[in-house]
Amino acid sequence: MKKLLLATAAGALIAGAAGAEDIKLGISLGFTGPLESMSPAMAAGAELAMKEVSDSGLLLGGATVVPVRGDSTCIDAAAATATVERLITAEGVRGIVGGMCSGETIASLENVARANGIVMISPSATSPALSTIEDDGLFFRTAPSDARQGQVMAEIIMERGLNSVAVTYTNNDYGKGLADSFAAAFQEAGGTVTVNAPHDDGKADYSAEVAALAAAGGDALVVAGYVDQGGSGVVRAALDTGAFDTFVFPDGMVGSALESNFGSEIDGSFGQNPAAEGEGRDLFLALAEEAGFDGAGVYSGESYDAAALILLAMAKAGSSDPAEYKNHIMDVANAPGEPILPGELAKALEIIADGGEVDYVGATAVELIGSGEAGGSFREIEIRDGRIETIGFR
Amino acid sequence: MDILNGLVVFLNFVFIPAAAYGAQLALGALGVTLIYGILRFSNFAHGDTMAFGTAIVILLTWGLQALGVSIFPLPTALLALPLAIALTALLVLGTDRAVYRFYRRQKAAPIIFVMASVGVMFVMNGLTRLLIGVNEQRFDDGARFLIDVRTFREVTGLAEGLALRSTQALTVVLAFAVMVALFWFLNRTRSGKAMRAYSDNEDLALLSGIDPERVVRLTWIIAAGLMVIAGTLYGLDKSFRPFNYFQILLPIFAAAIVGGLGNPLGAIAGGFLVAFSEVAVTYPWVRVVSYIAPWYDPGPGNLMQLLGTEYKFAVSFVILIVVLLFRPTGLFRGKSV
Repeated sequence: MKKLLLATAAGALIAGAAGAEDIKLGISLGFTGPLESMSPAMAAGAELAMKEVSDSGLLLGGATVVPVRGDSTCIDAAAATATVERLITAEGVRGIVGGMCSGETIASLENVARANGIVMISPSATSPALSTIEDDGLFFRTAPSDARQGQVMAEIIMERGLNSVAVTYTNNDYGKGLADSFAAAFQEAGGTVTVNAPHDDGKADYSAEVAALAAAGGDALVVAGYVDQGGSGVVRAALDTGAFDTFVFPDGMVGSALESNFGSEIDGSFGQNPAAEGEGRDLFLALAEEAGFDGAGVYSGESYDAAALILLAMAKAGSSDPAEYKNHIMDVANAPGEPILPGELAKALEIIADGGEVDYVGATAVELIGSGEAGGSFREIEIRDGRIETIGFR
Repeated sequence: MDILNGLVVFLNFVFIPAAAYGAQLALGALGVTLIYGILRFSNFAHGDTMAFGTAIVILLTWGLQALGVSIFPLPTALLALPLAIALTALLVLGTDRAVYRFYRRQKAAPIIFVMASVGVMFVMNGLTRLLIGVNEQRFDDGARFLIDVRTFREVTGLAEGLALRSTQALTVVLAFAVMVALFWFLNRTRSGKAMRAYSDNEDLALLSGIDPERVVRLTWIIAAGLMVIAGTLYGLDKSFRPFNYFQILLPIFAAAIVGGLGNPLGAIAGGFLVAFSEVAVTYPWVRVVSYIAPWYDPGPGNLMQLLGTEYKFAVSFVILIVVLLFRPTGLFRGKSV
C-alpha cells in the first residue's frame, strides 16, 4: 500500500513536470470604442511576450501561455466589468493585462479582480486616482500617472515659448484628471490657461465647443481627448474655423489616426506620450517588426512589459497562483539583478530558475515606484510633413 | 476695422454655422410638418428614416467612387441622391402600407399613430445599423472650402479669419431650392392643391373627388425626399453617425412646433429660429464685444457665455416649452398640438 501511494505520488510529480499546465492570461483592452485604433498593437505586444515565454519552455516546467482577448470598450464600465468577469470565471485566466482606460479599469478592478484575487497590470490607465486605490496588492501599471504627464506637457509647452493655452478634455476620468493636473502644473510654471472646458465624445459637430475655446483664445489648444472620437472632431472644427493652428496632443491623441485624419494640416503641432528611449525600445521595435505589427504604437511596449512582468513574477514565485506571484512583481521589475531587455525573457527565466535576481527593463525602461506604477519617461513628438516624428525623450 | 473684425468673428462662429444648421433643421421640420398636416400625426420615425436614407446615399456614393465617377468640386453624394430618395420612398410607402394604413382605416386617434411611429422608429433604427453599422462615416469628397481662413486673411488683411465650407454653402443653396420647389408644387400644381385641400378639410376634399390614398402616397414620397436631402446635407456638413440622427429629432420637432405644426412656412422659420438660438445662447460673445464695444470690459475670465455648450439641447426644450405655454399653435398659426 505504502509503495503504491509512493508510486502514485511519484507518478503525479512526473506527470506534472511532463504535461506542464496551460496558463491563460487575459488581455482586456478597448478593441472597440474611442481607442480602438491603438488596441491591436497593444494586444500584439502582450501576445509577443507570452509567445516568447511559451517558446522558451522554461516557465514552470514548460508551461504554455495562452492569451485570451476581451473587449473592455474603454468607456463602458459595465461592459468592461462583464468582460473581466468572463475572463476570470469562464476562461480561468491567472492574470490580466488591462484595462485600457482609467474609469473602466477602476470599475473592473474593484468589482471583479479584487473579489477574485486576480492580478491586473494595466499598460495604459493613467488616472492619478489609480495611484491610491485600494487594490490588495493586485494592481500595477506600466504606464505613469497623468499627474506626471501633466507636468511634462507643461514643461514642453513652456520650452516652446507658448505661455497661454486653451484646454479641452474628454468628459471622463482620464480627460479631467489629465487636464486638471496639466492646468495646475502649467499655472505653477507661470503660464495661463485661458479656458479648461470639457467636450463630449460622439457628437456630430464640435463647432460650438470650438467657438467657446476660440473666444477664450490662447497660443495653442491642448486636446486631452481621444483620437478616434471627439478629440479629432475638435481639431477638425478648430482647423476649419481657423480658431487654432497649433495643437498639443497628450497620449490619447498620439495615434496613427492623427496622420490619416489631418496630415500636414497640423504641421508644427506637438505632444508627448509615455514611452522610453534606449536599447530596450529599439530591440522591441525590431521584435515587433519581425512579428508583423507596429511596435511604435502608443502603449504597445507597455503591454509587452505588463505581460512579461506577470510571467517573470510567476517564475519567481514558482506558481501561477496570483496570490503567490503578486508579491514578486516589484522584485522582478526593480533592481537588484541582471537587467532584462525585450527578447531576453528566456535568459531571465534561466536566471530565476538558477535562483538569481533579475531587474526587468523591457521596452519602456520599467521601474515601478510607489504602489506599483511606472515612474514615467515620455516621448516628445512633433507633426512634420503630416507624420508623427519622435524628437526626443524626457 | 475693429467693427469689421467683430463682424467677421460673428459670421465665422455664429452666422454661418447657424445658417447651415438652420437649413438642415428647416428641411427636417418641413417633412414633419407635411406629415402632420396631411396624415395628422407627429412622425417620431423621422430622424431614423433620415439616417436610413443617408445610409443608402453613403452606400451608393461608395459604389460611385469605386466606379470612378466624380463631379468634383461637388460631393459625389449629390449624384446618389435621386436613387436613394426613390429607395427610401419605397421603404416609407411599404411602412405606410404595412402599418399606418391599418390605423387610418380604423380611424384611430392621433396618439395611436404617434405610438405606431415610435415602433417604426425602433425598426428603422435597427435597419440603419444593420445596413451600415453604428460608427461614424465620412463621405464628403468634394472641395472642402469656398473661402478658407488663410486666404481670407491674406486677401482682406483683417486679423480675424472667415471660413465658408463648401458643404455649408451647398446646404443653404440646396435647401433654398428644395423649399422653392415645394412651395411651387403645393401652390401651383393640381396634386399640390389636392394635398392642401385634404389637409384643410378631409371630408370636403373627399366630396370634391380627391383620392385620399393618392394624397397619402404623394405626401410620403415628398417627405421621403425631404428626409433624404436633409439627412445627406447634415451628414455631409457634420458627419454621419446613426445615433446623431435620433438626437436631432428634438430640435426638428421644436422647429416644427415653434413655426406652427402643419404650416410649411412656419417650419422654415422655426428651423432657423431654433438653430440661431442654440448657437447664440451657447456662444461666448466676449471676442465680438471686444471688437464692437472696446470700452466695455467684461472682466478677466468672463467669456460672456449664457450657457455651456453641453446645454445646447436644452435650448430646444426651453423654446418648445415657452411656445407651447404662450402660443400653442406656433408663431405662424399652425394646428394646435
